[in-house]
Amino acid sequence: MKFGVVVFPGSNCDHDCHHVLKNVLGLDTEFIWHKTNDVSKFDCLILPGGFSYGDYLRTGAIARFSPVMDAVKRHAEKGKLVIGICNGFQILLEAGLLPGAMLRNNSLQFICKFVHLRVENTDNPFTRNLKKGQVLSVPVAHGDGNYFADEATLADLEKNDQVLVRYCDAEGQTTPESNPNGSARNIAGIVNKSKNVFGLMPHPERASEKEMGSLDGLGIFHSILQTA
Amino acid sequence: MTTQTQVIEITPEIIARHGVTPSEYEEIKKILGREPNITELGIFSVMWSEHCSYKNSKNVLKLLPKDGQRMLVKAGEENAGVVDIGDGWVIAFKIESHNHPSAIEPFQGAATGVGGILRDIFTMGARPIVSMNSLRFGKLDSEITKRLLSGVVAGIAHYGNCMGVPTIGGEIYFDESYEGNPLVNAFALGLARKEEIVRAKAEGTGNPVFYLGAATGRDGMGGASFASKDLTAESEKDRPAVQVGDPFLEKLLLEAVLELLKSGAVVGIQDMGAAGLTCSTCETASRGNTGIEIDVAKVPQRETGMAPYEIMLSESQERMLVILKKGREAEAKRIFEKWDLHAEEIGFVTDDALMRVKEKGVTVAEIPAKRLADDAPVYVREEKEPSYLKAVQSFDPKSLGSPGDLNAVLLKLLDSPTVASKEWIYRQYDHMVRTNTVVLPGSDASVIRIKDTQKYLAISTDCNSTYCYLDPYEGGKIAVAEAARNVACSGAVPLSVTNCLNFGNPHNPEIFWQLKKCIEGMRDACLKFGTPVSGGNVSLYNQNPKGAIDPTPTIGMVGLIEGYAPVTSSFKEEGDAVLILGETLEELGGSEFLKVIFGVKSGRLPRLDLDRAKSLTDLLTTLAKHGLLRSAHDCSEGGFAVSVAESCILEEEKEIGASVELPQGHLSKEALLFGESQSRVVVSVRPDDLKKVEEVIKSSAYPYQVIGKVGGRALKINGLVSAPLTVLKATWRNAIARRMQSA
Repeated sequence: MKFGVVVFPGSNCDHDCHHVLKNVLGLDTEFIWHKTNDVSKFDCLILPGGFSYGDYLRTGAIARFSPVMDAVKRHAEKGKLVIGICNGFQILLEAGLLPGAMLRNNSLQFICKFVHLRVENTDNPFTRNLKKGQVLSVPVAHGDGNYFADEATLADLEKNDQVLVRYCDAEGQTTPESNPNGSARNIAGIVNKSKNVFGLMPHPERASEKEMGSLDGLGIFHSILQTA
Repeated sequence: MTTQTQVIEITPEIIARHGVTPSEYEEIKKILGREPNITELGIFSVMWSEHCSYKNSKNVLKLLPKDGQRMLVKAGEENAGVVDIGDGWVIAFKIESHNHPSAIEPFQGAATGVGGILRDIFTMGARPIVSMNSLRFGKLDSEITKRLLSGVVAGIAHYGNCMGVPTIGGEIYFDESYEGNPLVNAFALGLARKEEIVRAKAEGTGNPVFYLGAATGRDGMGGASFASKDLTAESEKDRPAVQVGDPFLEKLLLEAVLELLKSGAVVGIQDMGAAGLTCSTCETASRGNTGIEIDVAKVPQRETGMAPYEIMLSESQERMLVILKKGREAEAKRIFEKWDLHAEEIGFVTDDALMRVKEKGVTVAEIPAKRLADDAPVYVREEKEPSYLKAVQSFDPKSLGSPGDLNAVLLKLLDSPTVASKEWIYRQYDHMVRTNTVVLPGSDASVIRIKDTQKYLAISTDCNSTYCYLDPYEGGKIAVAEAARNVACSGAVPLSVTNCLNFGNPHNPEIFWQLKKCIEGMRDACLKFGTPVSGGNVSLYNQNPKGAIDPTPTIGMVGLIEGYAPVTSSFKEEGDAVLILGETLEELGGSEFLKVIFGVKSGRLPRLDLDRAKSLTDLLTTLAKHGLLRSAHDCSEGGFAVSVAESCILEEEKEIGASVELPQGHLSKEALLFGESQSRVVVSVRPDDLKKVEEVIKSSAYPYQVIGKVGGRALKINGLVSAPLTVLKATWRNAIARRMQSA
């Protein structure tokens, strides 16, 4: 299985994702420059975190016009895998590959901390190795992570098992206090209807080595590998 | 076209407005062999400002030790010092002030402070991997301080987070002496292979000089001279002297510059920071023993009608001067285009040792580069022991009487914003990006790993400015010793320091005396710890209408851990033994206790014995090397009681209590709990390791006592303090957030 980490101008978690895939997991991984429009040799694409185009105008709003995004769309249409982490999630929303939008955190401040995530669904390539109801410890780091969608869209997401992870407390309760940014229904990550495009605000690549304080992010990467 | 150069006549008023003294003006005439024109006067005024030339501090800065086996680039040679950390790896690091801009416009002032220090690091060829900061504000109860704190923290977050450089820690103090003159000192550290380090030199006659990055505007006009004046009510009008930052553009510059340096097409590169195009051209020429010629008409401009004077003095952000090898231009341009960056060839290296500025081919300034860059006047300022010292030092804390309930005193100290958790601040910084941060903010030192090696770096920024006010020599010494102790608490061997000397107006002999004494104290401590000064920055004229700030020589200490695990400050397991290393004396002078409980900033400082301080850091690193420490936390502001309390509550969701008994002897209860005797560290160890630990300590002959055990849901000290963790934690954790929410 071949992984590609897309580098937009302003991406800054590209090296972290590459490090975990290549050095920690020993996988075949390459960087993809955003001006290329052929990603056909890759099986799974990662849109990493950062501040693509400085997040000017709106997070992800300019990056979606990068040449590589046409290729990402074609890749997704073929049913191949895409993960957008943090800024990558925001780009997927702007590109229309996932439903909804991101608002400023309700604290109006950037927030960086470990949060708890409850695994909601496992019938998909990204969480199949995890257990439903399992609580993960993974960091977030964002200023615009307040997930928003209208009621109909939210209901649709729930009905189709598209919500994969929710913010919760250490016991797995999805309380308002455990919601770091005001996201609708504590949503931290969603998948598209065909279950091959996954976006999440937390950073699994920051929770994939013992020295980083948690190994819980690995569950997502291991799930993908099992899909292959 | 008529420019200011032709029309403005140099009058004594204009000279004075540039901050150039009559004797400096005479010197300028001597160097040029004629009267300067307005452009040349402007160029001299910024290069000879304190900010660029250190003319008032050079004479005392030379007291600081610069030499060491690991020093590859020494202080003053380049934009940042470079230290060898072994196996071909080197680090470049520096701390720099952005105080005056942050006082006027906190968000942009702090943001561009971060941008500037990061550029200093990556233009050396090192990738920045860490940001830290040292901040000072007035009392947090005032609305003005809250506005400044919010702005500064948001500005640092805005810039550092976007750059993808983790801001992993720092320090902050609140004291009324900073009312109206906050301090924002930004630290950055970069990592490189030894052969990747580049110098900011213009060499090779005929080599092309490129301008890279943002277009030049009128923002930040003469920021360097602005930073060398007292802040007054008029300073609000200086707002155009504060630059506006674009971290996204700088991120592109960072990636492009590192790629460009790898290509081998670069001769030299320098950031346009203070004094912009002026400083970068004359300094690169001076270092290369060459001349440089540029044409300002070729400089990308974002405003029309800019005079050469304005272009040369502008401090617009995110700009670089790059000297390329002739014939390699196409290669470089491919890299600039890849990163969508604007670059223009604006001149070339010459062999006539002159900095020549043209406008459309007409010479508008011509100055010997070396004289301009290196020959600023050096002043030996008058010094005088400050009149307040005798009174504050002879104050006896015992005259104050009882502070009342000691549990309540501890809670008040934990609620003091200087002591309290800084979570409200570091939550806003991405402190994890690059996945190297192995000790998250909150411990004595922040620790990062260096991937593909067994090495870790521990970094601490420190300065107790109350101490420096009460006794500048001892205060300077203690600042270095505390920083060394902090990195040693994480298990690291102290390597080298960078410093940022924040003081008042040096023309005041009492202020100059403070500066000199602090430096002498720092020198003695640096020599003892074997930690040379790798570089830094001086920020003088930190005054507000009420007077000068407390002397604040901020120390950034870097330590190295090799082949063993770093240690953190929090207690870990029920049943672990608690020890205190060091002696507790009747020393309450200058303490946070006196300040918070009695509103008194007086007294004789705790004594610091440098031999003992050094044996403590040696002992800590030995214990860490053998894996014997579960936790180590130094006793600083708030003393023993605060240190133990913090070890209990530092780790979110893993809080754990402790019961300890520290023999009181002849000590007052207050000194026992809250005194700030130096060279003390509270450590916890596994019960099974206790015997071994005691053997190691005994062999170093360091004083210690086994004082109790970790465990339970409360903190108990000597029957004097007994408080549930929930109360301690809520007080300490919410102290800053609570005040900020009521803003």
